[in-house]
Amino acid sequence: MNQSEFVLLINPFKDKLFRLAKRLLVSTEEAEDATQEILVKLWNKNENLDAYNSVEAMAVTMTKNYCLDQLKSKRASNLRIEHSNFTAKEPSLYKKIEDNDSLKWVEKIINQLPEQQRIIIQLRDIEQCEFSEIAKITEMNETAVRVSLSRARKTIREYMLKTHSYGIQ
Amino acid sequence: MEFNKMEALLEKYFEGETSIAEENELKNYFSSSNVASHLEQYKPLFGYFVEAKNEKFEKNISFISKKKKMAWLSIAATIVVMIGIGTYTFLNVNDVKENKELGTYEDPKEALEATQKALAMLSNNVNTGIEGMQYIKVYEMTKDKVFID
Repeated sequence: MNQSEFVLLINPFKDKLFRLAKRLLVSTEEAEDATQEILVKLWNKNENLDAYNSVEAMAVTMTKNYCLDQLKSKRASNLRIEHSNFTAKEPSLYKKIEDNDSLKWVEKIINQLPEQQRIIIQLRDIEQCEFSEIAKITEMNETAVRVSLSRARKTIREYMLKTHSYGIQ
Repeated sequence: MEFNKMEALLEKYFEGETSIAEENELKNYFSSSNVASHLEQYKPLFGYFVEAKNEKFEKNISFISKKKKMAWLSIAATIVVMIGIGTYTFLNVNDVKENKELGTYEDPKEALEATQKALAMLSNNVNTGIEGMQYIKVYEMTKDKVFID
């Protein structure tokens, strides 16, 4: 496989990898680096790629593992810069963000979820993957995926309702 | 009423029971303009899902890992430094030789002239330095005036 063939192969899902990386790492730059790293890894596997029945599924799994590793090593090596530092107890801040940009604020709620739930929300609600695919990528069974997804969605709803009723009660 | 159906779908959605088609139906409903007012609060959620899917990876794809790139960079940098040090020491050795050849005069008169010329140049340069100091003196006097008065 030459470079242009490879680019054609990855083009349909490279954005998906990037979005998943960004969901986990939050920072755009880090997500770009991670995506780049994964694509290089895929390129190096070049000859063996035909052996996999879905390159995309493998790439998503690789991205997930890579990002989780990144997060782990970051936590081990230095003080974590808290991305999930937005407490729900601060309605004035929430209110401001809601007024400014309610979509940004949904993003913040999602990024507060545990990593596993973030992956599942990303794959299901944003990328619209089937449960069987998600189960394979996350190495869980489908029921567990459903339960986790439901939990994540309910958590998001809870935060949203809290904010929505702010100022009324 | 449409919102009854949507309420049921929402309920299913939060239980994680909806199919992708049903989720798309929800997304479509919430991106339309006639959302029932009591469901308005879910608008940003589904709006975000739709918007988030549009984010693109815009960097050019490179086929060499960043880590490997860094390795190559450091190798290149080492070579440059080595060459730098090498040429520097090499040229220095040459300079010493040249100095030995240039620094001597056979005729004592010529040597005296050359020495005087060199000393004159030196003292000239020292004088320009002193001129610069005059300004500092003026400054100091002014400073004294200000701070004593």
